Amino acid sequence: MATFKLTVNGSAKSVDVEADTPLLWVLRDSLDMVGTKYGCGIGMCGACTVHLDGKPKRSCQTPISDVGAAKVTTIEGLAKDGKLTVLQQAWCDHDVPQCGYCQSGQIMSATALLADKPKPTDADIDTAMSGNLCRCATYTRIRAAIHSAAAK
Amino acid sequence: MNTIQEPTATLELNRRNFLKVTALAGGGIMLGSYLKLGVSTAEAAAGRGGPGGGAAAKPTALIKIAPNNAVTIIAKNPEIGQGIMTSLPMLIAEDLDVPWSSVTVEQGDLNAAYGAQNAGGSTAIPQNFMLMRQLGAGMRAMLVSAAAQQWSVDPAECTTAAGTVMHQTTGKKATYGELATAAAALPVPAANTLQLKAEKDFKILGTRISGVDNPKVVTGQPLFGIDVKQPGMVYANLTKCPTFGGSPISANLDEVKKLSGVLDAFLVSPQGSAPGVAIVADSTWHAMSAANKLKVEWNFGPNADQSSASFTEQAAKMGVDDGSVTFPTDAKVVQGVYAYPYLSHATLEPQNTTAWVKDDGTMEVWCPTQSPSRAQTTAAAAAGIPAANVKLHITRSGGAFGRRGDVDYAAEAGAIAAKVPGKPVKLTWTREQDMTGDKYRPGAWHFFKGAVDASGKLLGWNDHFVGVTRASGGPGEFPGIKSTSSTVPSGVPVGSWRAPGDNANYWASQSFVDELAHAAGPDPLDFRLELIASGPAGNRSNATRAAGVLKLAAEKAGYGKKLPKGQGQGISYAFSHAGYVAIVADVSVTQDGKLAVHKLTAAVDVGAIVNLSGAEAQIEGAMLDGLGAAWYLSLTIEKGGVKESNFDEYPLIRISDAPATEVHFVHGDYNAAPTGLGEPGLPASAPAVCNAIFAATGKRIRSLPIVNEDLKWS
Repeated sequence: MATFKLTVNGSAKSVDVEADTPLLWVLRDSLDMVGTKYGCGIGMCGACTVHLDGKPKRSCQTPISDVGAAKVTTIEGLAKDGKLTVLQQAWCDHDVPQCGYCQSGQIMSATALLADKPKPTDADIDTAMSGNLCRCATYTRIRAAIHSAAAK
Repeated sequence: MNTIQEPTATLELNRRNFLKVTALAGGGIMLGSYLKLGVSTAEAAAGRGGPGGGAAAKPTALIKIAPNNAVTIIAKNPEIGQGIMTSLPMLIAEDLDVPWSSVTVEQGDLNAAYGAQNAGGSTAIPQNFMLMRQLGAGMRAMLVSAAAQQWSVDPAECTTAAGTVMHQTTGKKATYGELATAAAALPVPAANTLQLKAEKDFKILGTRISGVDNPKVVTGQPLFGIDVKQPGMVYANLTKCPTFGGSPISANLDEVKKLSGVLDAFLVSPQGSAPGVAIVADSTWHAMSAANKLKVEWNFGPNADQSSASFTEQAAKMGVDDGSVTFPTDAKVVQGVYAYPYLSHATLEPQNTTAWVKDDGTMEVWCPTQSPSRAQTTAAAAAGIPAANVKLHITRSGGAFGRRGDVDYAAEAGAIAAKVPGKPVKLTWTREQDMTGDKYRPGAWHFFKGAVDASGKLLGWNDHFVGVTRASGGPGEFPGIKSTSSTVPSGVPVGSWRAPGDNANYWASQSFVDELAHAAGPDPLDFRLELIASGPAGNRSNATRAAGVLKLAAEKAGYGKKLPKGQGQGISYAFSHAGYVAIVADVSVTQDGKLAVHKLTAAVDVGAIVNLSGAEAQIEGAMLDGLGAAWYLSLTIEKGGVKESNFDEYPLIRISDAPATEVHFVHGDYNAAPTGLGEPGLPASAPAVCNAIFAATGKRIRSLPIVNEDLKWS
């Protein structure tokens, strides 16, 4: 066990965990931030997606010892003072979620995509979003919401 | 001496409860449900009803109106992604005649006063449609009566709009909030006196309403069972035998107890699930990590020699053509075996339950489940606590698809919590435990033999269905089929998988209909329409509605286009959970056999549509679910257990493979309860795609998944 300091959504945090503890479980169990989800534990479903310095990462595959000074952003950190981002609002306007479990990861991947490519093509969406499974298959609405947000 | 005032009215949730309006302290009105006198002993013991009191003093709220006209509606059924948390309140709000923007929805806990609280079988809308409308209309009627009394006018001269009552002639108006106290003194009207809104006056029903929890979902707020946190909570994991029916003899418990964060490790045999080795730790990660270090000596039990290969071998013997099905010598006979594999539910949120055995001997449970009542009694029995002493909170489910009607995971949580009394215990399954510990959709075979005559008419169509574990679910309701069945025995547990009995059986039968059509000559659509017209299909479906959806789907998809080789359209039909669905698939296949599904067009007839957005979403999702399963998914049984354990070996369909979708609903009558939408969109999807593959390539898919078939053409 060791003490790790990290910055999550702009706040300084300190946790006492083993170095190989995945960031996913540091967030969920140590920091009570359950927006980031566990779906598979092997980086195949994308439900655990967070940002490190704005880049999408599977937090189940990210040991806490690898985070260092990188700024961690989670789903809880996107809306500012309760105001949804354009993408989060598009997600509501298009009624994207069915069960909703994958959507934190979907939104984190989509947010990173739009930061990188403000007007993504369908092929760009395929590439950026293929790592995020949706068991309810809300894919057509995910695509539509990304295009809507890009158009704003 | 009764403290409950029995109403003279008969609006009820079920036989065991009645509805009463109550004034709320601080203003406002509540329509609540009270358990009736003479309820069961168990419920009386729990203080939830019974002679002389109990719940009579504590009604279970269904609808609340605050003095400022804010409306709170309780959603009583579990939300599993089917949208019921939004659609049932929509029905109340419409007939209550309040703006949707004034409504807040809260999830209800398990409470007998609410009546049935299940998710499954696409039944929630049909069972609750009329009742929810009547609840809203009943409360509205009481508010109108209160206004009419205050104004000394005939209630028939009053109208409502957006939470306000108005008297046209005098121009008097009052909000529901202002009328609340007066209305609370009035009896609930009888159901047969209520006026439901006409469709032309609808503001909410039939429109697209965004899911009530969406703002919480998109900001990552805790909603799911796996998100539960309680003070002092510990974390559990349970390792069960990889061979079904096996049990642990011993394990390296002392070694595991020394691992970081582990609080305890013990063998446990939960009543209502399989035995295993439990680990209790101070975090989910520590519990799961410690489970990886377990060394268990198993008694593998009686099923260890079972495998997919052994099932296939037995099925082949059962399906041998014994010569009993014959056709005239000049008939064109079509014969083939259709086979499909075991499937896992793969809910993205793995199974979990939090259970807390309190110092006073009661238990509190948080469970993502389709059957909260069964989860309560199961967890209770496993913990050795009377069910009446168990309070169950219904959490949102991260997908269910039939898995969470079985509550083995709640049994496990109860059994483990009983060994860790005084602390909340959150049991979480790993993905591997979930995929190898499922209640599966079993594999099966259809041994088809049919024939058409020289003019292209169907002479007969026989199906010998062979299922593993059970022979349930024949080929689906469609004219002409005669079916028989046999069963291959197995110890692999089976359960309900979205559209049970239909989810792959329609793939088989609607593909075989296509084969018969191609042998006959006419277009597969015309062949189907002719068959339906010649009827009868079965006991339950209606030929006009069946033909209706086929024609509508064909029209909307431009079915019948002449396409070059490598591109194709396929059409299919299913009558599932009382819903009529036809789907046209547009596909292309490259010469080296790579499939692309461009579009799925669905025509659906279930009657009235409650939430248009949610309804479209259910069909979109179900079509892709059926497609993805048929395209990519299969499980291998070996040594009496399941080999595949994670998404690297069980590849759910991804966005890059997802076709465009288009959904068309046949307009329905809002004066009658519609049928449900969670499942009907699934069964016709795979056969439409396989029929399209045949049209494009001449390759007939008789075995799933498609990804294992050679689609190369020249």
